[in-house]
Amino acid sequence: MGCPCCKKRKEKNHLTLSADTIVTPVSFSISKDPEACTVHLLGRLDANGAAHLWQTLPTQISKQRTADTLILDLEHLDYLDTAGTVFLFHLKTAGESSGFKQVLMDHLKPEYTAMIELAKTARQTDRKTLQPSDLSFVETRGEKLSVFMAETKEFITYIGEITWALMTSVRHPGSIRWADTFLVAERAGVNALGIVALISFIVGLVMAFQAAIPMQMFGAELYVANLIGIAMVRELGPLMTAIVLAGRSASAFAAEIGTMRINEEIDALTVMGLDPVRFLIVPRIIASTIITPLLTIFSNLVGILGGALVITSMGYPIISYYNQIVSFVEWNDFMGGLLKSFVFGILIAATGCIRGYQTQSGPSAVGISTTRAVVTSIVLIAVFDGIFSIMYYFLGI
Amino acid sequence: MKQHQIAIKIEDLVAGYGKTVILENLNFEVFKGEIFVIIGGSGCGKSTLLKHMIGLLPPVSGKVIILGKDLASATSTAKNSILQNIGVAFQSGALFGSMTVMENIKLPLMEFTRLPDSAIENIVQMKLQLVGLEKSAYLMPGELSGGMKKRAALARAMALDPSIIFLDEPSAGLDPVTSAELDYLIKDLASSLGITFVIVTHELASIDAISDRIIMLEKTTKGIIATGTPDQLKQDKQNPHVYNFFNRNHSNPNTDKGKK
Repeated sequence: MGCPCCKKRKEKNHLTLSADTIVTPVSFSISKDPEACTVHLLGRLDANGAAHLWQTLPTQISKQRTADTLILDLEHLDYLDTAGTVFLFHLKTAGESSGFKQVLMDHLKPEYTAMIELAKTARQTDRKTLQPSDLSFVETRGEKLSVFMAETKEFITYIGEITWALMTSVRHPGSIRWADTFLVAERAGVNALGIVALISFIVGLVMAFQAAIPMQMFGAELYVANLIGIAMVRELGPLMTAIVLAGRSASAFAAEIGTMRINEEIDALTVMGLDPVRFLIVPRIIASTIITPLLTIFSNLVGILGGALVITSMGYPIISYYNQIVSFVEWNDFMGGLLKSFVFGILIAATGCIRGYQTQSGPSAVGISTTRAVVTSIVLIAVFDGIFSIMYYFLGI
Repeated sequence: MKQHQIAIKIEDLVAGYGKTVILENLNFEVFKGEIFVIIGGSGCGKSTLLKHMIGLLPPVSGKVIILGKDLASATSTAKNSILQNIGVAFQSGALFGSMTVMENIKLPLMEFTRLPDSAIENIVQMKLQLVGLEKSAYLMPGELSGGMKKRAALARAMALDPSIIFLDEPSAGLDPVTSAELDYLIKDLASSLGITFVIVTHELASIDAISDRIIMLEKTTKGIIATGTPDQLKQDKQNPHVYNFFNRNHSNPNTDKGKK
């Protein structure tokens, strides 16, 4: 109990890596004579041993300073690796700073000399000069601004290129890759029916519920139908569909095209004389502009059905709900919503493709492009929705 | 001279994915401190065998015994301690792209040792010095050339001072000079630090320069068709596959087809 040798044995045991690794953990003893203080290192000096003695041994050495010379005796060292070598140099520095005039390594086995030499050269490398210097606040802002400007310019250029390619495709419909277009339409459109239905139904249902409570006070529950009809057809149908598509398809387009960019597939297309914009982007935009309005019609319908569930559960016959909507919602509202969704379709596909096209190199590049595709498309959807609202207001639609 | 202590022992290994058998009846040993090279034509299962040897694929049947432990039946703690004793440099380098070269090599040291940061940085600097990348410590992998990536991957494989290092096609895609430099480095590491190397390659020049022992795999026989030193294999005129491989022929040496 409390006996120093037991304590030492405990420390030694602590150093054993694990039961199945056969190692003689590192241990040390210190001998002193008038000329030199000698540290005898025994066993296996590896990363674990070095970590264990990192603090304790230098403290011991500084306490034991009785002579001017410190000798590190490596005769009984069974194993020395890089971490061990770094530790030896750590001891040397510690010895020098605690007042020893010289620190020597004794009985260095020939197989360790290469490692010691390597450590010496590595220590001479001045790491500070290699470290990239930090930019000042003004510099980083400036850099960000110039990157933003360059990217915006690039974005506009791509929009121009895409518009041109679309125009050419319209003039020569034979040049459009219809097989690809239908495949994209299926993946982005047909496969999205479930999620669009779910979101629209819930939006319709929740909105009807929320509206029914205040309306009930005036005995005007049936007018919830008017609200649901107009809100779904003019605003929420197109908007919800667009947001689902931005999350689902803009990201997919960006990831697909981004991966192709990284794998040099786009370069391969260019070198073969095939315009990547016509080949990759046009089919996606055409598919997206076809499916977005279709999905919007579907979304409108399902949203209205969601409202119907609430109204019928309040005891009104479904025909009254239907009549309310048909008499209140006009063709203009419906067409206005569709026109919006048509534009949203172009925006989503173009943003996804352009962000994918702008992918830089590196493993996180595709992730960054995908994120940016979703964020940019949602921002653009919001902005264009605002523009449409103002336009329709002035046009009296 | 080599001590002929066994580092890796492969017993009746059937290699493959799931039920697909690619190689069968594999039996060989890798000795400590030697450079052991696995060769064979494209698609013969070299990389699959390597994946079995490093525990990425479980054996279909048979055993892979590394440093005295069966990798497949080892407990997760035992497996981890074996894995800390081996280093792997993948064909593409597989450096983590979001970290600098320094951070890439630091990662295993930070995770598996309790050394202070300054010591770890010194170790990393030594490893980088060893592979000649001391000036590239703060570069991102994307900024490195192909040869530099391979050397950085080698430095990372060596981070924990493993006793065995596996290299998958270290010289593929490198120019002859860089490839020769890498060969020299491997040979130097094997002789000075006593590291065992298991290398998958089909670069003739590399095989000649570094290998102590070679096994050759073959697709049609699904197994090892030749074992020996490079000189032994080069002189093997009996086996057409071995002969063709070392003489860059494309058909049987017994016919005149394929010879210039």
